[in-house]
Amino acid sequence: MQAIRDLFNSFLLIELLKGLRLTGRHLFTHKYTIEYPEERAPQSPRFRGLHALRRYPNGEERCIACKLCEAVCPALAITIESEPGADGTRRTTRYDIDLFKCIYCGFCEESCPVDSIVETRIYEYHFERRGENIIHKEDLLAIGDQYEQQLAKDRAADAPYR
Amino acid sequence: MAELTGLVWIVAKIVALVVPLFIAVAYMTYAERRVIGWIQWRKGPNRVGIQGLLQPIADAGKLLMKEVVIPQNANRFLFLLAPLFSIIPALAAWAVLPVGEGMAIADIDAGLLYVLAMASMGVYGVIVAGWASNSKYALIGAMRAGAQVVSYEIAMGFALVGVLMAAGSLNMSEIVQAQQGPFWNWFWLPLLPLFIVYWISGVAETNRLPFDVAEGESEIVAGFHVEYSGMAFAIFFMAEYANMILVAGLAAIMFLGGWYSPFHGISYIGPIFDLVPGTVWFCLKAAIFLFGYFWFRGTFPRYRYDQIMRLGWKVLIPVTVVWLVVESLFILTGFGPWF
Repeated sequence: MQAIRDLFNSFLLIELLKGLRLTGRHLFTHKYTIEYPEERAPQSPRFRGLHALRRYPNGEERCIACKLCEAVCPALAITIESEPGADGTRRTTRYDIDLFKCIYCGFCEESCPVDSIVETRIYEYHFERRGENIIHKEDLLAIGDQYEQQLAKDRAADAPYR
Repeated sequence: MAELTGLVWIVAKIVALVVPLFIAVAYMTYAERRVIGWIQWRKGPNRVGIQGLLQPIADAGKLLMKEVVIPQNANRFLFLLAPLFSIIPALAAWAVLPVGEGMAIADIDAGLLYVLAMASMGVYGVIVAGWASNSKYALIGAMRAGAQVVSYEIAMGFALVGVLMAAGSLNMSEIVQAQQGPFWNWFWLPLLPLFIVYWISGVAETNRLPFDVAEGESEIVAGFHVEYSGMAFAIFFMAEYANMILVAGLAAIMFLGGWYSPFHGISYIGPIFDLVPGTVWFCLKAAIFLFGYFWFRGTFPRYRYDQIMRLGWKVLIPVTVVWLVVESLFILTGFGPWF
C-alpha cells in the first residue's frame, strides 16, 4: 500500500509541488541580507579581529615578554625578542605578528597572563605593499592605545564567564 | 526597388524581434538572480542602478572587455565557431513564432517542424564546444548534453504531436487560432499530461536545473563551456537564455493560447481584456514559464545522470504515448469544447 502511495506521490509530482510550495513561501519571507557598508552584523565582545598590545593606566606596557603567546601560537605567527628594560625588568624589543600566518584563534589572548596581547573588533584592514602583513610592536601598541576603552569594556563584559 | 523595400522591411522585422529578445535575455539573468536570492532569503543584486536594474549592463560590459582565452591544443576554428552554433539556432527558431496576431516573421506552414529542428540544432554548439576545447570536463559535459537532448527531444516531440492532433495544423498561427476563446478553451486543459511533459522536457532541453548535468558545477566544473571566457562564454550564456525564452514562448503558443487574452470571447469582460495588445498577453504567458525556470532552479537538486535517462525514457515517453491514444479517443468522440 505504502509503495503504491509513494508511486502516486512521485508520479503526480505531489512531492515536487510540496517543495515548490515551500520555496514559494520563501519568496515572500523576510530577507536576511546585510547590506554591508551601510549595515553591519552585530559583534560579540569576544570578537577576534586585528591584534593589539595594551598598556596599564599609568602608561607602562603590560607585556612582560614571557613568550607564552609565541609558544602557544599554532601558526607560529608571533616572533618575540626581549632584553632587560631601563628599570631592570624584562621587556620586549621586538613583537611581530605575521597576519598572513595568523589564524585568529585567540590562543595568544587566552595564554597572556597580563592581558597584554588582545584581539580587537577591527576586521577591515588591508596591505598595499609586501611586508606590511608583518605588524610590529609600535603598531600594536598604537592600536591598543586607540581602542583601549573598547578593549577594557569588552574584557569586563566577558570576565564573569571566565 | 520593390525587392529592396521588401528586404529592408524583413530586416526591420528581425531587428524589432531580436533587440527586445536580447534585452529580455539580459534581464532574465538579473531576474534569475533576484528570484533565487529571494528564495534563499537573500536580496540578490541591488547595487548597480536602482534596485540593481543596471546589473546586466555592468555584467555585459565586464564580459566584453575580458580576454577570450583559447587553450593551446584546442581546435581554434571550431572553438570559435561553437558559440555561433549555439546562438544561431536559438535565434533562428524565433522566425516562426507568432508573438502577436499575424506577427510572425515567417508564417510558414511547417512552423512546428521548423521549431523542433532548430531546437535540436542547438545541441551541435554544445557538442562542438566540448570537443574543440580539448578538455575532459568539456567533453564529458558535451556527451551528457548530447544524450540528454536527444532523449528529451522524443518526449517533447510526442507532446507537440498532441498539439498537432488537437489543432490539425503545423502552422503556429493556426495552432493559436485553434485555441480561440477563454482560458478553458486552450489546449493546456485537455492536454494537461502532455503540457506537463512538455514543460519538464523543455527544462531538460535547455539543460537547466534540475537537469543541468551538462554543466554540473559540482561534478565537471562548468561542463562544455569550461574553457570559454569573455564574450565567447557570454554567447553561450545568451544562447541558453534565448532557448529558455523560446521554450517558454512555444509553451505559451502551444498550450496557453498565444496572443489571446484569458477571457477572450466572454461577453462584457472579454472585449475589455481584448483591448490589451496580444503581444502583451503572449509575453505574460511566457513569463509564467520563465518564472517557473527560476523557481525550479531554486527548489530542486540536480538529477543524477542515470535518473535523468530513466525519467526521459521510462516515464515521460510512455505517458505521452498513452495520452496520445486518449486524445485520439477524444477526437473521435468530439469531446468537450476542444475537438
